[in-house]
Amino acid sequence: MSILIDKNTHLLVQGITGHEGSFHTQQMLAYKTNIVAGVTPSKGGEWVMDGKVPVFNSVNLAVEATGANASVIFVPARFAPDAIYEAADGGIPLIICITEGIPIRDMLEVCTYLEQKETRLIGPNCPGVLTPGESKAGIIPGDITFPGNVGIVSRSGTLTYEVLYALMQAGIGVSTCVGIGGDPIKGSNFIDILELFESDPFTEQVVLIGEIGGNDEERAAEFISENMTKRVVAFIAGQTAPPGKRMGHAGAIIERGTGTAIEKIQALRTVGVRVASHPEEIPELLSQ
Amino acid sequence: MKLHEYQSKIIFAKHDIAVPRGRVTTNANDAEHIAEEISGRVVIKAQVLVGGRGKAGGIRLAKNLGEVEECATTILGTEIKGLPVRKILIEEAVNIEKEIYLGITNDRTERRPVLMASSEGGVDIEDIAQRHPEKIIKVAIDPLLGLRDYQAKNVAVGIDLPYDLWKSFTRIAQGLWDIYCEQDATLVEINPLVITREHQLIALDGKMTIDDNALYRHADLADKRDEDIEDPIEIEARKYGLSYIKLDGNIGCMVNGAGLAMATMDIIKLHGGEPSNFLDIGGGASAEKVAVAFHTIMSDPNVKAILVNIFGGITRCDEVARGIKHALGEVKLQIPIIVRLVGTNAEEGLKILEDAQMTTARTLSEAAQKSIAMTEAKFEHPN
Repeated sequence: MSILIDKNTHLLVQGITGHEGSFHTQQMLAYKTNIVAGVTPSKGGEWVMDGKVPVFNSVNLAVEATGANASVIFVPARFAPDAIYEAADGGIPLIICITEGIPIRDMLEVCTYLEQKETRLIGPNCPGVLTPGESKAGIIPGDITFPGNVGIVSRSGTLTYEVLYALMQAGIGVSTCVGIGGDPIKGSNFIDILELFESDPFTEQVVLIGEIGGNDEERAAEFISENMTKRVVAFIAGQTAPPGKRMGHAGAIIERGTGTAIEKIQALRTVGVRVASHPEEIPELLSQ
Repeated sequence: MKLHEYQSKIIFAKHDIAVPRGRVTTNANDAEHIAEEISGRVVIKAQVLVGGRGKAGGIRLAKNLGEVEECATTILGTEIKGLPVRKILIEEAVNIEKEIYLGITNDRTERRPVLMASSEGGVDIEDIAQRHPEKIIKVAIDPLLGLRDYQAKNVAVGIDLPYDLWKSFTRIAQGLWDIYCEQDATLVEINPLVITREHQLIALDGKMTIDDNALYRHADLADKRDEDIEDPIEIEARKYGLSYIKLDGNIGCMVNGAGLAMATMDIIKLHGGEPSNFLDIGGGASAEKVAVAFHTIMSDPNVKAILVNIFGGITRCDEVARGIKHALGEVKLQIPIIVRLVGTNAEEGLKILEDAQMTTARTLSEAAQKSIAMTEAKFEHPN
């Protein structure tokens, strides 16, 4: 079982006819995700994916016709904020934005706007959400994990896959894997997802994968100490990262001495979280 | 992208934030002309994108016209923290009564821009934050509503600004907010904002950082990037979609994904080695991209071995392995390389590489240990 998405999720794909959108829609369909519709303005009325998925001109039309209750966005950065607003105004309760490179000011506005809505945003610049065996909304490879009781929340992409794969090799399955994204301003933070895992009866333990920059991990540590009864195991990337250099992700930068891996590891250890020294140690810590 | 002081001040002036009279130049001769126009004492300031230039001798006061050319020549001939001084700003000297701090940046936790001020200006705001956190007054701005006048006024009250300057302070804060939005800044800072002896508020320094993701909206800024602060190799790598940062070690790293790249560096260090770089080759791993990545890593003469760590998700490991094999056919490395492939079709991928006599590893720890051993052993090229 899971959080955020499952086999009852009626997924909408915004930007379904684009290069990325169409490729990953195929992958999501191959994983038997229930994709009910796509949106590409001007392509409404077409059927794509071998005639399996109808395309609409707007989110409103797609929701009306199909009852879509989650949307995954593959729209280019300069149009992605608009796609998020459209989905939120169309009443979609869960938006997962994969798009990388959205300006920070746009995200500040989007996040402020969404505070008045009942919509949850995951991302942007994230690999999305995967509930093994049930539903895949995003780009996390489906065949490197299987259903189980460990929840995963991560700021990273391939590092998350690495962990999923290591868990699979160790025979550990996953309830849901959530990539919250590598941007400094994003829809959901660790705490939002930890809260969901804590109340999900099928998640028994949680793996938190963090990295340098910001203080999301420190805040997560506070939350864990006050609110989590489930065991949390963590890994923080970037112990060797030099200050002032952006390590790929827009949010992964040690600025003015804050946001270092050491501080984050300490904050987590102080509240009893076991922090793995490298990703391959995570299965071991979960099994103890 | 960071803007120079002079670039920031041009933008400030357009938004009615008072700045000292002055102009930028690249030569000492011209500096004298500018000083002549200003008439009176002038300050000569090195335009380099590092902190602490004052202490490094990058700011000088010329008491009279005769001293200008000499000061300018001296500053233009220096390097500040390794950066050459190519431009200097010549400005009228200001009579300072008091220095305050004013800036706008993003609060990642609150997901709001914040206006920050302190009565203790002129020093690094982080120093103030550590020593006297109570002396920093902050107010969160609703990005959809903008900065309201009352918020700016409350900040003025908070830093004990004299009543007769509140109005002028509010105008400056509003100007700063406009700049922040208009320019897609992630930081706009006036430090110090000074109260002059004539009781005016004037921006004595200016600092701005522009969001790289928003540069497509600012074609005018494209030619303003100062590439001195970046390694030319980092700039070159970026053109190919590679994110490369040079470090001090001797084990080159090539990884797909930023988080995994950092984790790879960390595990090398954990086993006692030193990574020579951060390198994220991004999604996929085509032969062409891998070849560019090898060239990039090899531009550093300290590199003694290369660790390739690729997670094959959507791009399967066998495809990645063929890409690496192909790239190595072109690049002809003179140092050992170890490849770890993990994920979909990993075994097929590793077999392709092993059949080509390449060293491979199954786990991250094994890869790190082997790469460290290789830097210590004398390498004999298979050919």
